[in-house]
Amino acid sequence: MEAFTTHTGVGVPLRRSNVDTDQIIPAVYLKRVSRSGFEDGLFAAWRADEHFILNLPPFSGGSVLVAGPDFGTGSSREHAVWALMDYGFRAVISARFGDIFRGNSGKGGLLAAQCDQSDIELLWKLLENEPGTEVTVDLRDKTVRAKDFVCPFSIDDYTRWRLLEGIDDIGLTLRNAAEIAEFEARRPSWKPVVDTTAAS
Amino acid sequence: MGHTLAEKVWNDHVVRPGGDAEPDLLYIDLHLVHEVTSPQAFDGLRQAGRPVRRPDLTVATEDHNVPTVGLDQPIADPVSRTQVETLRRNCAEFGVRLFPMGDTEQGIVHVIGPQLGLTQPGMTIVCGDSHTSTHGALGAMAFGIGTSEVEHVLATQTLPLRPFRMMAVNVAGRLRPGVSAKDIILALIAKIGTGGGQGYVLEYRGEAIEALSMEARMTICNMSIEAGARAGMIAPDDTTFEYLKGRPYAPRGAAWDEAVTAWRALRTDDDATFDAEVDLDAAALTPFVTWGTNPGQGLPLSASVPDPSRIGNENDRVAAENALAYMGLTAGTPLREITVDTVFLGSCTNGRIEDLRAAAGVIEGRHVADGVRMLVVPGSMRVKAQAEAEGLDAVFTAAGAEWRSAGCSMCLGMNADQLAPGERSASTSNRNFEGRQGKGGRTHLVSPLVAAATAVRGTLSAPEDLT
Ligand code: SF4
Repeated sequence: MEAFTTHTGVGVPLRRSNVDTDQIIPAVYLKRVSRSGFEDGLFAAWRADEHFILNLPPFSGGSVLVAGPDFGTGSSREHAVWALMDYGFRAVISARFGDIFRGNSGKGGLLAAQCDQSDIELLWKLLENEPGTEVTVDLRDKTVRAKDFVCPFSIDDYTRWRLLEGIDDIGLTLRNAAEIAEFEARRPSWKPVVDTTAAS
Repeated sequence: MGHTLAEKVWNDHVVRPGGDAEPDLLYIDLHLVHEVTSPQAFDGLRQAGRPVRRPDLTVATEDHNVPTVGLDQPIADPVSRTQVETLRRNCAEFGVRLFPMGDTEQGIVHVIGPQLGLTQPGMTIVCGDSHTSTHGALGAMAFGIGTSEVEHVLATQTLPLRPFRMMAVNVAGRLRPGVSAKDIILALIAKIGTGGGQGYVLEYRGEAIEALSMEARMTICNMSIEAGARAGMIAPDDTTFEYLKGRPYAPRGAAWDEAVTAWRALRTDDDATFDAEVDLDAAALTPFVTWGTNPGQGLPLSASVPDPSRIGNENDRVAAENALAYMGLTAGTPLREITVDTVFLGSCTNGRIEDLRAAAGVIEGRHVADGVRMLVVPGSMRVKAQAEAEGLDAVFTAAGAEWRSAGCSMCLGMNADQLAPGERSASTSNRNFEGRQGKGGRTHLVSPLVAAATAVRGTLSAPEDLT
């Protein structure tokens, strides 16, 4: 996983609350067998509308999504995070996130930054008045900046640490490689192993 | 204080204890892989440049999507074909043993594990599939995981986990003839509800469980997930050891003796405590069927479709009303008068040889009712071969049933085996959700004995209804 210290990119105001994961990526887009390419399903229903914000330059090239409260509720699909990241988003700002979505974001390397709704309203206005405004999300000092606007965001310490270090769950577990190897050496020899030379 | 069976297995697999803030890191003895939930996991490894840590503790099979007829033809549905082809490529690239369509060992992932002797007491087993709980019948701790966890296990052979809670399911007495393991589990789910087991490992114990065959125990553990549980387990005993002995991956010689000694210690200590307990009397059970759209909406076959207006709990009442509307049923109709279009015998719940034998015993010398289609889909190619060696295929086809090759088939209708909208089935599978067996399809969950009797009469029936 790529480390996240700070990111600057075009901010996209998404004036909607309760954006559930079915809206982030509808079920029909889940059939793909790769871990990449989910951008085509991102907000698929809304993107069919030519006036949807992601269809309007410069927002279409955005990488910081500023959304209404309760973003990412509903189905646990990890594809929601993948779709946002595949599209190019590195951070989502909202006043409240769905629990599972927030967890999945941390795992996938997407920063879910929680701000006060009053700050989000200010940010929305700024981004709408001056389309293309870049937003900086700095994980080191936990602030969101855009032009003269500055506000703090919150994120749990554990997820922050992992994002800063760029460690995913697997990377974290692999720090215990020595313990895993020791455990393997202790396993009873009669436990089954599969003959992999017959692998197809 | 003593430990429960599940706690013993857990403790034996802790690589690094977690404590309050962090989860335990648990070693995984066996990782089963299939085509639907693995592609992104392999792709994640590829992107990160990580190998599969223990290909020798990993086994893959093709089951969810595979057709059950015309195995020599390419898979017609492009999505299914892509998933199967992707699994083949991934297994080849990462050195994972795969049992592909047509292979003698191919079959539903939860049927082939025990059948190969790969599933053994005291193991930790995971698979990207909720019915992994099946393997707990042999005293393993087995549970379903999500795709990113699949990737985690592929890369590290471990999972960070917080301990589960423990529930004892005490099943006293003996089953009467015509009543089977499926009836026990359907009755349990009706009793505790589809959320009753949430967060728990269920340990099935008591006289009725001890008297069950290995395969019947698998039927019970299989549906633990339908009660909301993470896993189901049964302490290993002589029935378990007899089942395992001589299987391809079972230990041999001195190693066998050593293993059995270790396995005998895998029982819940007398002074261990459970977080919850529930009691069931097997002797009082009769054949059970579901009438609704979740597995908890079940009743004895002798009952009638319930009247939602008499259900006190608001949520349950609304659920029952919706279920009756979807199922096209009227309150008060005797369950025995419900006619079906299709009977499905198969799945990881009831697609093993004993299930086929039980159904064949009922159907032999009889004929599937006019207008009823019966699909018999063995859980694995070995089950199929065994059934054919015993002449069961001939019994089914003589009765007018269709004899198929192994796969999940109509259990979830991912391949071509589906119900048409409005069609009604009696199915030995595990989920009667709306649309599970095909869009608009209506499912009644039943045992193999009830499935066979229903096929003959064309209405939900038990063997005792046949003259
Ligand atoms: S038979 Fe049904 S429940 Fe079992 S693994 Fe296949 S789809 Fe899942």
